[in-house]
Amino acid sequence: MRVSLSKYLNKTTEAAPLAVFRILFGLMMFISIVRFWLNGWIEKLYLSPKFFFSYYGFEWVKPLGDFTYLIFIVCALAALFIALGYRYRLAAITFFLSFTYIELMDKTTYLNHYYFISILAFLLIFLPANAYFSIDARKNSRLAFQEIPRWSIDSLKLLLGLVYFYAGLAKINSDWLLKAMPLKIWLPAKYDLPGLGGLLQQEWVHYFFSWSGMLYDLAIPFLLLYRRTRLFGFVLVVLFHVTTRILFPIGMFPYIMIVSSLIFFSPQLHHRILGILSAIFGIAKDKFDNGRTLIYRSLQKKLILAFFTLFFLIQLLFPWRYLLYPGELFWTEEGFRFSWRVMLMEKAGYAQFKIVNGNTGRWFYVRNSDFLTPFQEKQMATQPDFMLEYARFLADHFEKDGHEDIEVYVDSHVALNGRRSTPYINPEINLLDHQDSFEPKTFLLPFHGTIKGL
Amino acid sequence: MRSLKLFFLLSVGFFISCTSDDDDSRRVDSFDRGAMLANWADNIIIPSFENFVGFTNNLEDKTREFAASPSEASLEELRDAYRKSYIEYQTVGLYEVGTAAMYYRNFLNTYPVNVDAVGSKIETGDYNLELPSSYAEQGFPALDFLLYGLAETDAEILEFYTSDPNAATYRQYLTDVSERINVLTKNVLADWQNSFRDTFVANTSASTTGSVNIFTNDFVMYYETFLRSGKIGIPAGAFTGDPVPQNVEARFSGDLSKSLYLKALETVQDFFNGSHFNSNEQGLSYKQYLDHLNIVKAGEDLSGLVNTNFDQIRQQASNLDPNFVAQVQNDNSKMLNAFDLLQKNVVLLKVDMLQALSISVDYVDSDGD
Repeated sequence: MRVSLSKYLNKTTEAAPLAVFRILFGLMMFISIVRFWLNGWIEKLYLSPKFFFSYYGFEWVKPLGDFTYLIFIVCALAALFIALGYRYRLAAITFFLSFTYIELMDKTTYLNHYYFISILAFLLIFLPANAYFSIDARKNSRLAFQEIPRWSIDSLKLLLGLVYFYAGLAKINSDWLLKAMPLKIWLPAKYDLPGLGGLLQQEWVHYFFSWSGMLYDLAIPFLLLYRRTRLFGFVLVVLFHVTTRILFPIGMFPYIMIVSSLIFFSPQLHHRILGILSAIFGIAKDKFDNGRTLIYRSLQKKLILAFFTLFFLIQLLFPWRYLLYPGELFWTEEGFRFSWRVMLMEKAGYAQFKIVNGNTGRWFYVRNSDFLTPFQEKQMATQPDFMLEYARFLADHFEKDGHEDIEVYVDSHVALNGRRSTPYINPEINLLDHQDSFEPKTFLLPFHGTIKGL
Repeated sequence: MRSLKLFFLLSVGFFISCTSDDDDSRRVDSFDRGAMLANWADNIIIPSFENFVGFTNNLEDKTREFAASPSEASLEELRDAYRKSYIEYQTVGLYEVGTAAMYYRNFLNTYPVNVDAVGSKIETGDYNLELPSSYAEQGFPALDFLLYGLAETDAEILEFYTSDPNAATYRQYLTDVSERINVLTKNVLADWQNSFRDTFVANTSASTTGSVNIFTNDFVMYYETFLRSGKIGIPAGAFTGDPVPQNVEARFSGDLSKSLYLKALETVQDFFNGSHFNSNEQGLSYKQYLDHLNIVKAGEDLSGLVNTNFDQIRQQASNLDPNFVAQVQNDNSKMLNAFDLLQKNVVLLKVDMLQALSISVDYVDSDGD
């Protein structure tokens, strides 16, 4: 075991795939950020709201007013620098920090694929992605290597495979497989798609999409891993992501996943891609084919091994933390985020907050639109940690307005995957008596239904 | 190659297994949204405006007659026309769709009326009812004030139009308000009758710019903001803690407020059920849409629940004073009770119905008018 592990760690491979990955990732990120800006989302999501929902422990991360644009500029430039392979390490660190900062500013906007970008960017900091076909390697031949340790490319494959596989595992539940929920809600609503609209009304199509989606997610890492199924796997990747792009508003994510899965292909393909780029931009590619191999010193190797082991151990275990909580995961959402539960449920809610004077019993309702954007209100109404934070915010706000002995109650209803809405938070409980924590949230009312599965 | 084959086999096998035990009763054809939009336009919205325009015409006529010869008799006639058209307005207040209808609700029914502004504008004789800043100085709430709220007794009110130094301007302002209600209503009806009907019905897109999507957001917003909050919640002080009688709709007109509430409630429920205007016939609307989707999902009878709630709300309203000003002053708990019942359907419409229809909420909920 030890021997084979150290043997594996000594294996090297061509650096070209990692270089292509770096270039495409950097470009994709640059485009994503420019698109985000052009859509007016910086203003809409980070400047106009009066209040922002924080992640536990990251309450200090907030939008910086007009300087928020600066974070996006820094992030976009860092992405470009990554693509160019110019001052790569610094660029990768800057990108990771700025991108992650943006994501932490308001958890209303949480998306699994943003989280994926963050941890991928984190991983990239430690990979020698600038060893080949980069400005760094061109300017400094000591940094240029044609061959790099094999684990550096494999780690990307592992991360991608993990995301897919866990997304597939998450789909093994009775709502998804036996009721075709929530696709049974989402697909018929796409009735106006040319050619597809009618088909999407058919019940068997809902089941087909549910099952094939689950099988796709579970199988794709293996299909891409084996040479003989790789091309077929890639065709599926393209088909799958193009389909999701047509059906759902998921922005750049499909393209990012398609491009990322190229990492599974052999160096030959990547040399061809780089050859084309060289021809277009007049780059002397053969200068990078220097036959040099990047070999880490023994201590470096040990540190890296320890680091990657820890990183992937966390990635492997973290999505299972929901098992430590009582109650239905989809209902409580305790352990739902950061677990590759992608487009897994349709959840909607309505929360009416009541500010009560504990002494006199006088009360009034809160108009959420006075404080939250429709998007924030929508997210808040289905997630208990949002409601706790909002309750505290309301208490502070009304205290400043001169109200006293404030207690905050909420009358909330949540509908999950087409079930009838039922009361969500215990309306008798003063939310101010509870702190957000990783402890199970006792003020949640039980879920009246069963969802079996992982 | 083995995994590939396995994958194919699995998907094909699944494909076959689930098509084969599909029984025919559950294979439903697509719901015809074009037909639903046509039903909304042709059998509900346009007939409602056609009916309403008769009332606003009469309102303008009666106003002109009163302005020509103000007397207790002509005042009574005008008041009668006002009350009837205010009630009929509740059958169209829900339909703020299309360019002609933009701000229609703001111009016709922003309350509370700004009493001071109306008074000072009449004093100076300088006003422009087309300005957005004048929402609270016109429409039915302004008539409410001008016909009932100027003084305690009818004789005193009449003096404003006869012996008051500004009597001519009072008569003019009153006429302008009625005329504007009539003109705006004619514009909206004309727009529907000319081109907008076809645009509306043809836009069956599933996107957020599709007619179903836009209208449904409006529908839920109207119910939540204008009916629940505007007519009941705000006067009852649900958002402030204390009853606010001056925010009752038609607060000067005595026992009109409950009639307005009931008519608006009936309009919303009838629309939900696809009931043709002033008829017992039903066409396609949310009820039928939800029932259709329910066949697909085998879920709960949502449309039944919504209707049961509406019936309960109406039943509860029979305990309410015809005059909501009296109600909030004498026994506000009944108003809050009405609010809670109305709230139940906010949840069903905004959460359950929108989820079933897969329509996302995009409106910004604003203050009730």
